[in-house]
Amino acid sequence: MANYPDDLQYTKDHEWIRVTGDSGRVGITYYAQESLGDVVYVDLPKVGVKVTANEPFGSVESVKAVSELFSPVSGEVVEINEKLNDSPELVNSVPYEDGWMIVIKLSNTSEVDALLSAAEYEDFLNEK
Amino acid sequence: MSNPNARIKKVKTHISQNEGLIFEKSRTGTRAFHLPVADVPAPAAEELVPAHLLRHDDLEGLPEVSEPEVVRHYTRLSTWNYGTDTGMFPLGSCTMKYNPKFNEWAARLPAIARTHPLAPEAAIRGNLRLIKELEDSLCEITGLDACSLQPTAGAHGELTGVMMIRAALEERGDPRKYILIPDAAHGTNPASAVMCGYKVITLISKPNGLLDLEALDKAMDDSVAGLMITNPNTLGIFEEDIAKACELIHSRGGYVYMDGANMNALVGVARPGDMGADVMHLNLHKTFSTPHGGGGPGCGPVLVKKELEPYLPFPTIKRNPDGHSSFDYDRPKSIGRVKAFYGNYGMMVRALAYIRALGPDGLRMATEIAVLNANYVRHHLENDYDIPFDGPAMHEVVFNDKKQQAFGIRNGDIAKRLIDYGFHPPTMSFPLVAPGAIMIEPTESESREELDFFIDAMKSIARECEENPDFVKAAPHNARLGRLDETAAARNPVLRWKPTEVAKAAAK
Repeated sequence: MANYPDDLQYTKDHEWIRVTGDSGRVGITYYAQESLGDVVYVDLPKVGVKVTANEPFGSVESVKAVSELFSPVSGEVVEINEKLNDSPELVNSVPYEDGWMIVIKLSNTSEVDALLSAAEYEDFLNEK
Repeated sequence: MSNPNARIKKVKTHISQNEGLIFEKSRTGTRAFHLPVADVPAPAAEELVPAHLLRHDDLEGLPEVSEPEVVRHYTRLSTWNYGTDTGMFPLGSCTMKYNPKFNEWAARLPAIARTHPLAPEAAIRGNLRLIKELEDSLCEITGLDACSLQPTAGAHGELTGVMMIRAALEERGDPRKYILIPDAAHGTNPASAVMCGYKVITLISKPNGLLDLEALDKAMDDSVAGLMITNPNTLGIFEEDIAKACELIHSRGGYVYMDGANMNALVGVARPGDMGADVMHLNLHKTFSTPHGGGGPGCGPVLVKKELEPYLPFPTIKRNPDGHSSFDYDRPKSIGRVKAFYGNYGMMVRALAYIRALGPDGLRMATEIAVLNANYVRHHLENDYDIPFDGPAMHEVVFNDKKQQAFGIRNGDIAKRLIDYGFHPPTMSFPLVAPGAIMIEPTESESREELDFFIDAMKSIARECEENPDFVKAAPHNARLGRLDETAAARNPVLRWKPTEVAKAAAK
């Protein structure tokens, strides 16, 4: 299904990561943005901050609620999506492209194995 | 469908005058008062006011208007308002009960309202006695041993409470690292824990929305400072395992913080202290009928068991052998002051007035009616709206928009349409454990007649969702303003009027 691209890995907290080499680009899933409703603000960490798998790295605010963002993997933030400051709606309209949030340099690439594939994530959503 | 408003019973369209901003009414030279020419030499402003407080911009933007213009402006604005003086305000989790006017009479008594905060103790014996009596009443109501009225809001009380837990554990040698919070707890709890240096572990509730004792057992060890729990929880359901949960936390050296946000379901019937809570806060503006701010002063008392009493904010109030009450500054273990002076006294007066006016039997009856009213609403709407978590309601009931989603309607659309029927909408999309939540708390203030108006309105909207969903999606139709773009307002908020920006906008 196009809503959950096959080349991404997913978390049960509804983040995705696209791993290339030893770094990964992170955002939230189609389901997450759909449940949140219109995103109005994204609070991201600074470049250089260390993040830990399954620990919060920031938060996303919609017209309904503020939700924490959980890092799929451990490592260091090497890039953040500055565009979201002025255009948080990108998280809703293109969650897997320009709506990405941070790039993490992974400290332990084997952590990726614990994440869900697109098919597994969709099964998880269907169980909910 | 013929006239879509034919079913609306409670309200009719009434005169509602347009009203611009007061800044836009300004005309140079207009005055409310004309003062006679001074017959003594006028000192220069620089001699009277410190230089850094003097404005040199010719008071740009300060509106120049006459007295009737000012009075009419604010009176017209007040007719746009909706409050508990106008009708039912079913905002779940907020306990929007009617605030008796008797409270206001008491708080306005000159001897009370005009007390100077720096008056010597001998001159404020009555005030201190009143504060002490409120503390005693709240201790009796909650089953706890000591109280501080210093904190000025619920979240402030929470912060104070967790600070005390930390202080007690530090004295024992280890403040510990984590605090457990169920996902059905109150929203501000995690923030209070984090502010005190704790990490939060979220406990996932059982499918019935209640605390999972097994998950608690697994998570609770000697790295956990304690549990923060809201009872009844934010789904309006009573945590039936609360006593067992407290016992488990205590047996492993932790403390139990109870969020008193939902105390309106318990007053006079059950006491958190008896359930095992060590520390809790109350929201006087919810349970004890003081005003809901509007940004104004609040009071979020914090109450503790004997064991935590030494850590209460400084100063406390003690009763002396001669019967007088006085401030106690000899508090070596106190976490310190959390508010200048002793909090917001006016709120304490109102809360005590409420407690004394109702008395023990009246307080109990208020609780019983609050629970009855919520269950009455639940019973009459359970076929029209889905209920995500079963179990008898306490003081509030949570529905969701599952049935209406089939017609493309979300909870926000239902809320907007309810405005057309003359009601303030319930709480939307909270708690987060119930997606699409519609959280209704009628409180004890509502008569059966008003509840029936509300139920009729909700039933009628459920029918409209099936028959004419587009009409519901475009609501409100009868309000002063139609559907507002909430997203644009949140993304690009305009928070203050500036003359230059208005001129710029006008030039466009």
